[in-house]
Amino acid sequence: MMPPILSIMIILPLVCACMITLVRGETGDEPIVEKNVKHIALFGSLFVLAFALFMIANFDKSSADFQFVEKFSWFTLAGLNYHLGVDGISVYFILLSALLTPVCILASWNSVHMRIREYMIAFLVLESLMIGTFSALDTVLFYVFFEGVLIPMFLIIGVWGGPRRIYASFKFFLFTLLGSVLMLIALLALYVKTGTTDIPTLMHATTDLEFQRWIWLAFFASFAVKMPMWPVHTWLPDAHVEAPTAGSVILAGVLLKMGGYGFLRFSLPILPLASMYFAPLVLTLSVIAIIYTSLVALVQEDMKKLIAYSSVAHMGFVTLGIFSFTQQGIDGAIFQMLSHGIISAALFLCVGVVYDRLHTREISRYGGLVKNMPNYATVFMVFMLGSVGLPGTTGFVGEFLTLVGTFQASTTFTALAATGLVLGAAYMLLLYRKVVFGPQVNQDAAEMQDLSRMEKIILIPLAVAVIYYGIFPAAITDKITPSTQELVDHYRLSHQPLSFNEASLDGLRDHKQKEAEGS
Amino acid sequence: MIDFDITPLLPELLLSISAMALLIIGVIRGNHSTVILCWLACAAFAIAACIVLRMPWESHAVLNNMFVIDEFAAFFKILILMGLIASLALSVEYIYLERMARFEYPVLIMLAGVGMLLMVSANNLLSLYMALELQSLSLYILAAFQRSSIKSAEAAIKYFILGALSSGMLLFGISLIYGFTGSIDFNIIRETLSQAQAHSPGVTIGLAFLLAGLAFKISAVPFHMWTPDVYQGAPTSVTAFFAMVPKIAAMGLLLRVLMFTFSPVSGDWMQIVSFLSVASMIVGAFAAIAQDNIKRLIAYSSIGNMGYALIGVVAATPEGAGAVILYLFIYMMMTAGVFAVILCMRREGMMVSQISDLSGLSKNRPVLAYAMAALMFSMSGIPPLAGFFGKLFIFLAAVQQGLFPLVILGVLSSVVSAYYYLRIIKVMFFDEAGEPFDPGMSFEKRAVLFVSVLFILGFIVKPNLVVNSAMSAAKSLSSSNSSDVRSLVD
Repeated sequence: MMPPILSIMIILPLVCACMITLVRGETGDEPIVEKNVKHIALFGSLFVLAFALFMIANFDKSSADFQFVEKFSWFTLAGLNYHLGVDGISVYFILLSALLTPVCILASWNSVHMRIREYMIAFLVLESLMIGTFSALDTVLFYVFFEGVLIPMFLIIGVWGGPRRIYASFKFFLFTLLGSVLMLIALLALYVKTGTTDIPTLMHATTDLEFQRWIWLAFFASFAVKMPMWPVHTWLPDAHVEAPTAGSVILAGVLLKMGGYGFLRFSLPILPLASMYFAPLVLTLSVIAIIYTSLVALVQEDMKKLIAYSSVAHMGFVTLGIFSFTQQGIDGAIFQMLSHGIISAALFLCVGVVYDRLHTREISRYGGLVKNMPNYATVFMVFMLGSVGLPGTTGFVGEFLTLVGTFQASTTFTALAATGLVLGAAYMLLLYRKVVFGPQVNQDAAEMQDLSRMEKIILIPLAVAVIYYGIFPAAITDKITPSTQELVDHYRLSHQPLSFNEASLDGLRDHKQKEAEGS
Repeated sequence: MIDFDITPLLPELLLSISAMALLIIGVIRGNHSTVILCWLACAAFAIAACIVLRMPWESHAVLNNMFVIDEFAAFFKILILMGLIASLALSVEYIYLERMARFEYPVLIMLAGVGMLLMVSANNLLSLYMALELQSLSLYILAAFQRSSIKSAEAAIKYFILGALSSGMLLFGISLIYGFTGSIDFNIIRETLSQAQAHSPGVTIGLAFLLAGLAFKISAVPFHMWTPDVYQGAPTSVTAFFAMVPKIAAMGLLLRVLMFTFSPVSGDWMQIVSFLSVASMIVGAFAAIAQDNIKRLIAYSSIGNMGYALIGVVAATPEGAGAVILYLFIYMMMTAGVFAVILCMRREGMMVSQISDLSGLSKNRPVLAYAMAALMFSMSGIPPLAGFFGKLFIFLAAVQQGLFPLVILGVLSSVVSAYYYLRIIKVMFFDEAGEPFDPGMSFEKRAVLFVSVLFILGFIVKPNLVVNSAMSAAKSLSSSNSSDVRSLVD
């Protein structure tokens, strides 16, 4: 029998967080305490990563069903269950969460000294909640994890953030909360209508279009803010600029993916009719997001802000792919999310590297870094090209699949979205040229040290992953395809009665025609 | 027929007798015996709670139907007794530090407690009124307990005048209802109202007055004016008591009156209650934003919270009532914790109560700050804390009845109110450290805070005991002694 691996991954970080609260030391022992705290956090998250890898290795890629399922009664009277499980759609998001948490802990190893204990606890709790979000198979349980994420993230931005951290943390919290509470009503309405909160059961419940529309809009309010889609993306640049490096990494790497995951887990399978009804809206917003935020990114002077806007554009591709309702489009959307999870996280880490040295994110303060930081220039280039979508990187696979999928749905939207690729190349290359090439305008920038060993340990594996999965994407897509196939089939099937009626009408007409001809 | 079975009244009798005994001890031994009296009172509450737990909970009425005991009443009694113990425990140190440790304090709390226990068991408009007045009068005195403070006196006067007004309205409502239904007995009123022809506008008007009187007690908007002033002016330990217990009792009374007695005319009161609910949520959310004083802020927050609870009343189903009970329970636990923290806000022996006084608490007193942060997140309804589940069940009950406008207003105002809860967290964690509070925290406060935080963190793990008993308590309400009615009418 399988161990309850998902629960272990959710509980282990919490146990480590409790252990951290117990670390004690005499006055004067602060460095030792700090070191112990960091080690507990690091090893805890590495254990979780090991479990996640073990789970991927044991994942049955031929099946579209939920695997590693755990189900216990939770609220007996309301029939809520503690129900966990993963399928091809969620399994890699869990790996992504498990991968980025140790990365964040390592990235803060030498740069964060204030309240290190609370900092590590916040990240561990965040990890637990993220894994919970991606593995919950009960709507209320999902909501608990989904919204619980706000607490540690609010504190991370607010306590360890930059000068405008209070504004940014409040904006982040209230924007996301506003969307989420509407989703809560939708979850309750679904429960009242269908009598269940079990996601696999809900997927096979049929509801009428009118009802679906309202529910869909409520879900959309939540996921669109989380994603974020234009025009509710404005919290993201603020949050990113003010968050500490590791906070940005988690925010861009994992939290943004919750919106896309929500669309795939709720909107498409549970509300297929409304999804089709609203698809033009989503496609339009996605294309606006891609073009508009790319243009905005072009004029940014702050590195983090530029990458934040590029995230919005990249998420536009994700929604485009999801709402093309094609196998390639959805595969591409998931791949794009995973790829963006690694690339944008790495780009924020790259910004963090120079920020730690010069304490500014202004692009014009840098220049010619290739001379004194050749290693940095190389890894930065890998991620920059990945973000641009150069063939051979994961970014290419994601965008290409997405566009192939969208092309089958609408050529116009695809053509418009494709301009985003050009603009994306423009702003990323511009950023890279200004920061890494060009003259060394500032003395202090010219004297910066190249990557330290710790930074190499963090960045090089990510760079390798970007290239490896860019060349060999099947390693990932093989595992997600059965589930997306099932999702698309299910979606088509739910529209079947309509086409079936039309077909039978056609048949009837043919039949009558033949009869008329016969007589 | 003389019905003189007083066994269901044992907890009330015990508390009344011990209140008098404490009074005698106090008179003989003087004010320095206050601490002992406080602990004796706590012991009496605990024994009363044990009696409630042990007695049979199947619904039956005694004393000619004046007094009813059922699962609903029993659950509320336990809730009230827990609140009484917590608020008395929180007071012990405070009344000494503020030099108001007079022996009447525990006695008054105890008498108020008797009133509240009777309230949730009242099965007759007169026993309702009597119980309500017993607790209100004790509360007026408690509000003025800091005799040397002008603010305390002002709070008490305001509370008394407005309270007397509301009692007047309540009595007027009662007389109308009596006039139009011909009875003061809940069962008979219900029976009369279920016959369609007996339904006259006079009853509706009477009900409206009755509701106005009760809305004052739970401080629902527009009968909330007294709350911020009284909360701010009263001694903080008394504020803690006000915030925790009397509202629960009043809400229990309201539930019984609306869901049982007046359930046949639910159409009449639903609109009134939904107005109270919406107004309370909105005023609670927006008015709290502008507050600088933490006691006033908690006052507005309690107004808002009563608004949420009233959503469950509007649903008018056993699920709704159960959700209200659950919500009140969670609310009481959170409030106890919040006041344990507020009572620690002392500098150089003086109580401070500005929100800005909390600045940098996370540096000076990290444990206190983290507990308060958890309580604030829970109050604003963020999962996985208990406060979220309170709201969840309320909203669920309302969605089941299709009350979408109410639910949408509810969640939106909960986002607004999240802002001011977050502001407290911001002051504690993000702002520069201010002067530290006086060190030390008494054992009782630690215990209350610990239980409260443990509850809000652990609720998600083991929710069933609380949720299920709240729901079954609510069910007992709607199926209340309907069999007795026949025999009585005959």
